Amino acid sequence: MDFLSNAVVLSRMQFALTAIFHMIWPVLTTGMAIYLIVIEGMWLKTRNKDYYLHARFWSKLYVLNFGIGVASGIPMEFQFGTNWAPFSEATGDFFGSILGFEASMAFMLEAGFLGIMLFGWERVPPIMHYIATIMVAFGANLSIFWILSANSWLQTPAGGAFIEGKFVVSDYFQAIFNPFMVNSILHMFFATLETSLFMIGGISAWYILNKRHSQFFALSFKIVLAIAIAVTPLQLYIGHLSGEQVYHYQPTKLAAMEAQWETIPAGESPSWSMVAIPNDKAEQNDWEVSIPGLLSYILEIKPKLSEPVQGLKDYAPEDRPHLIGLIYYAFRLMIAIGVFLAALMAFTTLQWLRGKLSTENITQQRWLLRIWLLSAPLGYIAIESGWIVRCVGRQPWTVYGEVRTVDAASNLPPGDILTSLTGFAITYTILAIAVIYFGSRIIRKGPNLNLPIPGEQLQSELDTTPAEFLPDSRPVEAQQ
Amino acid sequence: MEPLQNFLPQVWFVILALFLFLYVMLDGFDLGVGILSLTASTEERRGILMTSLSNVWDANETWLVLMGGALFGAFPLAYSTILQALYIPIMIMLFGLIFRAVAFEFREHSNRKLIWNLAFGIGSLLAAVGQGFALGGVLKGIAVDQSGHFVGSNLDWFNWQSILVTLTLIQGYVLIGSTYLINKTEGKLQEIHYSTAKLAAFTTLIGAVLITITTPIFYISARERLFSAPLVYLFALIPLLGILLIALLIRSLDQRQEKRSFLWTILLFLLTFLGLGLIVFPYIIPTQITIYQAAAAPSSLVFMIVFIGFLIPIMLAYNIYQYIVFRGKVAGEYYGGE
Ligand code: HDD
Ligand code: HEM
Ligand code: HEM
Repeated sequence: MDFLSNAVVLSRMQFALTAIFHMIWPVLTTGMAIYLIVIEGMWLKTRNKDYYLHARFWSKLYVLNFGIGVASGIPMEFQFGTNWAPFSEATGDFFGSILGFEASMAFMLEAGFLGIMLFGWERVPPIMHYIATIMVAFGANLSIFWILSANSWLQTPAGGAFIEGKFVVSDYFQAIFNPFMVNSILHMFFATLETSLFMIGGISAWYILNKRHSQFFALSFKIVLAIAIAVTPLQLYIGHLSGEQVYHYQPTKLAAMEAQWETIPAGESPSWSMVAIPNDKAEQNDWEVSIPGLLSYILEIKPKLSEPVQGLKDYAPEDRPHLIGLIYYAFRLMIAIGVFLAALMAFTTLQWLRGKLSTENITQQRWLLRIWLLSAPLGYIAIESGWIVRCVGRQPWTVYGEVRTVDAASNLPPGDILTSLTGFAITYTILAIAVIYFGSRIIRKGPNLNLPIPGEQLQSELDTTPAEFLPDSRPVEAQQ
Repeated sequence: MEPLQNFLPQVWFVILALFLFLYVMLDGFDLGVGILSLTASTEERRGILMTSLSNVWDANETWLVLMGGALFGAFPLAYSTILQALYIPIMIMLFGLIFRAVAFEFREHSNRKLIWNLAFGIGSLLAAVGQGFALGGVLKGIAVDQSGHFVGSNLDWFNWQSILVTLTLIQGYVLIGSTYLINKTEGKLQEIHYSTAKLAAFTTLIGAVLITITTPIFYISARERLFSAPLVYLFALIPLLGILLIALLIRSLDQRQEKRSFLWTILLFLLTFLGLGLIVFPYIIPTQITIYQAAAAPSSLVFMIVFIGFLIPIMLAYNIYQYIVFRGKVAGEYYGGE
């Protein structure tokens, strides 16, 4: 196993592992935050205490998730320097500034208001609390903006040039708003939102199935469904636009996504490969099932291609991605999940319109609720797949067409990386198990429906409490 | 060199020093509380220690993330060379921070609190150890070639001076952690922290004295600058002020003055920081690469001042607001959530 003594391969494995693990947590941090704004807003507007209790219940899962997001995010930031030092030196002028902006605008905002959002219910007036919730959500989603701007720049570097191996920025606006940026941000934004919705929906479905607080969770189920009606189809369309931009800017990645070995000239209407066994060595697909005429519809929504689709064989093996099968299937998995979730949304909406989701009827929809429960993790799988397409498909480049991955890695002793890689693998396994364990405990315990409502009894006490002495930072129910 | 090309890296040197200082001070007391929790004998006391941090640790840690990002953007060469050279201490710190961070929530939900108590305490200690060796490694100097790329070995950071720096840093964290807890606790618990603070004040003093004596001897270039005309007065002043502050600190501890003891500790940290800053400046990789050599292009630096510099007051404002909302003593042992 000579890869164990290759610093580049080990750094890639470590980056892949830590990125894949980190990516799990921002999903709820960004997506659920928007949902929390919605329900807290509804509470402030209607003063219906169910909304408040929903906000309290879901934020328990939110904070469990948040801590690991932070814990796994910090290794991401430092790895650019430790494992990818030549890359950092070459791109720091732009890429590093963007990480700095992310920290100052997004992370700090999130962290600065999180304490108030989680523990401040009885300490600040409701409106101030609402502002804190909005700031947390805004900060989290701003970090999508910056990190995807940075990542998109790796895909389509713009706004300057590499001079003697160092990127010199000539136009920051162009570099930030590089060709992939707008669409990738939208795709990511809707991905985390969609995944959070189905996660919340799935958990709500579990309660309704088990006849625990059915009415209470029918509320969150319907809120989620109402938002999903807009989000799921939009995500399919934005996904299509993502494919289109890859087609225009990254021919090697597109060829890998489609396992396309031979070039297809413009003007044809080629078939779309649905399942295949790509063979890297023989440079062909050993077996394939394809749908005639579909590829040009997928890429351009037109019967005929207006540009050629480059084949992998047009590129020397060192200039194109490998692991074609991984990229190919990751791409198909993402699409399948996107289409499936949209279909589930459409069908559930139909049932809603037919009155089947009313308070009396909803518990009867057992198989529909079961599908929702099983669909809860699908969004995560789609997100990880999408990132595999994006990052593995970009190979052999770290900065597409400019900096090769082999030249980007630090020259570290392989043993050091192997040790930290093993450490991350073990640590992250423990964390994943712990989160699943504690998360399901919170869910099994269920919401606390007896929480006092802030602003009703407590506001008067708050006003008369001397400013210097606030004896207990815990919420009231924990004070016995 | 044009004045602007000198000025911008200097501005960024100061901004980075500010971020690092805020981090060391704020997360310093977090880590100090974590280390102290290893000595706590009851579950109740550990609960209070963790509750005192529950709403601030994340914001405090973010100053480190901000420092990292700003260093990456403003001095890409320093970011890449230093982090690569310090691979092992940085990883130690990262693992420590991971365990520290997850301990808060996991402990709250767990029946077996012991595991997460240890994760919190040992995580904090590991993070401090990693930071100590990283600081020691940087101060000792990093072997680079002419273009500033790392050419040393992976254990260069490990030597008796960096061990000394690490031990002192841990003492410093315990000191600031204790004075923070003095402000957050009452009664018997507060008494414990008056005594840990006093102990830590003495051990920090010993470490600081040793470092002050050995530094000019080992840094040849530092010695030359330190003992020449205007700076030498400043440097003579720093140890004197340091001793004065420690005396004030110990007096305030003896007189049970909560707020003052914390204030003197912060000033002590600030003074140390100024001292280190003066030794290091104008190098960013002592004593090889200056801030001018490692700096990003002037346009990048200006751009970053616009986006980050102007946010500093805003960031400070809402962080302070959070502290105001959660001021006062902690009671009970629950972390919070619900
Ligand atoms: C969905 C968007 C997204 C993506 C693709 C990434 N992150 Fe992330 N990151 C977040 C969204 C996010 C977040 C939602 O903002 C987190 C999760 C929990 C949190 O506190 O903030 C976060 C946390 C987080 C933290 C800790 C922040 C803190 O202390 O509060 C760091 C340093 C990073 N991330 C850095 C990275 C790097 C270097 C990435 C790329 C390799 C990356 N993240 C991918
Ligand atoms: C948005 C921020 C991200 C940035 C800036 C980023 C950047 C990078 C960099 C610099 C590398 C190492 C160099 C290389 O192999 O080309 C890499 C590799 C990789 N990343 Fe990303 N990444 C990001 C997010 C993610 C996420 C969220 C995932 C997964 C869920 C991911 C999956 C991977 C994988 C699998 C590799 C290894 C690819 C290989 O070496 O074959 N990345 N990425
Ligand atoms: C028909 C449905 C979809 C299509 C055609 C599609 C298309 C794509 C394409 C082409 C990419 C690669 C972009 C690149 O490499 O630059 C991508 C990336 C990605 N996809 Fe999808 N996608 C679809 C559905 C989904 C769904 C449902 C999710 C998650 C809920 C998702 C999450 C992601 C993520 C997280 C990435 C990586 C980040 C990004 O490019 O924004 N996708 N998608």
